[in-house]
Amino acid sequence: MNETAIPTHGFDLNALERERRHRDLASEDVCLEVKKLNLYYGSKQALNNINMVIPRRRVSAFIGPSGCGKSTLLRCFNRMNDLVDGVRIEGAIELDGVNIHDRKVNVSSLRRRVGMVFQKPNPFPKSIYENVAYGLRIQGINSRRTLDEVVEKALRGAALWDEVKDRLHDNALGLSGGQQQRLVIARAIAIEPEVLLLDEPASALDPISTLKIEELIYELKDHYTIVIVTHNMQQAARVSDYTAFMYMGELVEYADTDTIFTNPHQKQTEDYITGRYG
Amino acid sequence: MQTEQLTSSGMTDEHARRATLTGKLRAWTATGSPWVWLNAAAIAVSLIAVVGLLSLIAVRGLGHFWPKTLIEATYAPPDGQRVRIIGEFHGHETVPVERLHSSGVTPPPDTATVQRHLIKTGNRDSLGFDFRWVVDDWLVERRYPADLIAIERREWGNFYGYLRSVEQKGATIAEGVQAWPALQERIKRAQVLAAQIRRIEQDDIGSVNYRMERLRLAERRVELRGQADAAALADIAAERAELQMEYERLQNALTALYTEIGRDSLTAEVMDGRTVSVALADVVRAYQPNAMSVFDKIVFYAAKVWEFVSDAPREANTEGGIFPAIFGTVMMVLLMSVFVTPFGVIAAVYLREYAKQGPLTRLIRIAVNNLAGVPSIVYGVFGLGFFVYFLGGNIDRLFFPEALPAPTYGTSGILWASLTLAILTVPVVIVATEEGLARVPRAVREGSLALGATKAETLWRTVLPMASPAMMTGLILAVARAAGEVAPLMLVGVVKLAPSLPLDGNAPFLHLDRKFMHLGFHIYDVGFQSPNVEAARPLVYATALLLVVIIVLLNLAAIAIRNHLREKYRALEH
Repeated sequence: MNETAIPTHGFDLNALERERRHRDLASEDVCLEVKKLNLYYGSKQALNNINMVIPRRRVSAFIGPSGCGKSTLLRCFNRMNDLVDGVRIEGAIELDGVNIHDRKVNVSSLRRRVGMVFQKPNPFPKSIYENVAYGLRIQGINSRRTLDEVVEKALRGAALWDEVKDRLHDNALGLSGGQQQRLVIARAIAIEPEVLLLDEPASALDPISTLKIEELIYELKDHYTIVIVTHNMQQAARVSDYTAFMYMGELVEYADTDTIFTNPHQKQTEDYITGRYG
Repeated sequence: MQTEQLTSSGMTDEHARRATLTGKLRAWTATGSPWVWLNAAAIAVSLIAVVGLLSLIAVRGLGHFWPKTLIEATYAPPDGQRVRIIGEFHGHETVPVERLHSSGVTPPPDTATVQRHLIKTGNRDSLGFDFRWVVDDWLVERRYPADLIAIERREWGNFYGYLRSVEQKGATIAEGVQAWPALQERIKRAQVLAAQIRRIEQDDIGSVNYRMERLRLAERRVELRGQADAAALADIAAERAELQMEYERLQNALTALYTEIGRDSLTAEVMDGRTVSVALADVVRAYQPNAMSVFDKIVFYAAKVWEFVSDAPREANTEGGIFPAIFGTVMMVLLMSVFVTPFGVIAAVYLREYAKQGPLTRLIRIAVNNLAGVPSIVYGVFGLGFFVYFLGGNIDRLFFPEALPAPTYGTSGILWASLTLAILTVPVVIVATEEGLARVPRAVREGSLALGATKAETLWRTVLPMASPAMMTGLILAVARAAGEVAPLMLVGVVKLAPSLPLDGNAPFLHLDRKFMHLGFHIYDVGFQSPNVEAARPLVYATALLLVVIIVLLNLAAIAIRNHLREKYRALEH
């Protein structure tokens, strides 16, 4: 993607660059910690001994070629892999020091703390309002006033309020792809999770919508720990503080984004970044 | 030599011609057009079959209500007596003369076949028969007098003849030309009275009887529980006395009405020359078909059709309307839908969403699919054995001991009929719902789960609504099958004539234990079990047409609901 071709709406990408110059993984507050994680689909190993920490209120990006396991790893954080038949997981993932695979952990409350946005926008076939209110209604919150407040706040948070405030009760499927994706983000942040997992959130969108999503990620990181999987290396470079490069189910290199993109330690990372394969 | 050459060259031509023909045929086959033609032909044949079927029953059934011309003629067989015939043509056929021989009639000489007519002469009470075969050639002096009247009666079928006079308590009121208008006026009065009588007999006295029966059961219940103290019995006795008084009051009103309605009568001359008296209380309508204009006939036709769909049957179902059968059919189908939908949906949800997929679920699926192929009478037998005798019998023992030995639920009724049909149609709903569930995109389920919803919440709030159009599709198929079933119903609830509808003004309004009438069974009953098959045959067609119309309407309603749902829950199909 040609960066200069994208209208930036006065959004200063250079500020982002400057801000993250001095990132250091060791000094960050740990939100999620992955310890010796192995994952098997039946007999096939999809993740091989992953160890990493996800820092709080930062954007971490996973990059790597298709099938390298980055989405699988992301889906481990809110246990979406539980839904797949024949998955076996070894090792631990700790959210605030508690293993999420512990039997005492309720998977529904885990998913309330770790929200997720998928590659393709997947709004429910309901009104815009009901889409955003869905998570609250699940929790038994039905008071009109609370819902109104939360819906507005979430839609503003996802930078969608101005576009939809006059048609909150229209079907969400009538929105454009980019709007749908921001709606899905609003839906996720309406229940105020701690972590937001984004699985290639912009890969099905046009460049303008992509830019809006990226601006949104930048604003959301003040409140949420964000983990993003992306195919687009410029995107990873633009939005993330830390970047992990994965290959064939292994974590090859994980460091602050500047290091990965300007001075990678591994040959594989450099080859991938410079487009020699992948 | 020359001829041989010619022949061989001719054969070569033939060969070449045949070769190019085969080539052309092959090329034509390769374009695929033969298949297109074949498909088009198959569809055309199916369409013609459907249209033909519908038009046959429509023509035969709808023609019945049109007022037919009355004929007066002299029937003069060469070896018999000359008799006067009055009636309407009902049908005709060409028969070989041997058939006439065997039925004791000497046919006209020098012919192999004769044309004969079936004439509806009516007047069963005075003539003893209401149909008569006559040979065309011997029916002479045919006339169509405008003053011939036809009377539809509550008993004994139609009456045909010449109006002579109108009488009030035996004294002649009007004769000759004045008789017809006087008759019309008095028929209107009689009809108003008849409506009042019907209202008292069916609604008011029916309601009193119903309350009496409930009171009797209440008394018995009190006795059975050993609570029959003086106070309770006195209450019941007081209530009974009150009901008895109301009953007597109604009975008096009824007697008065009967005297009123019995006031008038008419006399008319029938075809054998006798003069017959007909009480106006028996007259449904009187008309002069030969004097009616086309407009009059259309009005008459509309009235008859309306009577057919809105009135109760008379005369062993061969006259009047079929409203109770329409009502019974629709109500039975609706009740069945109420039972089958939750049952089928829950089964499908378990099979698709919760059960571990494996050989067992595969086996269950095969069993469910095969269940749809079990002959329906088998379901009837099951319904009779399980629902009526076992369930109904136990319900009676547990909840209605006061009515025993008379069964309440332990006999066939609309509840058991709809449950039996629900079992018959549940495989269709299960299969359709399963397909609907399978079509809900994984992304939507994951979206809901990722928001912290449990599997059950996801199902209830998102997956089931999105699968609802498929459930409706299943229901449409179920309704289409259930509305047309007759065989199982004959075992579990349908009767020839139900005295009261399963839904009426007596609390608790919905009487699921009652027997009901059904259009499908009505067709069978009218067509094959009625005392007068010949007269009832057009009604068979009319009823069949109505059954088809009702099934189509039920389906259209379900399709409208489905399309609405589909629009609402348009799936993410991109």
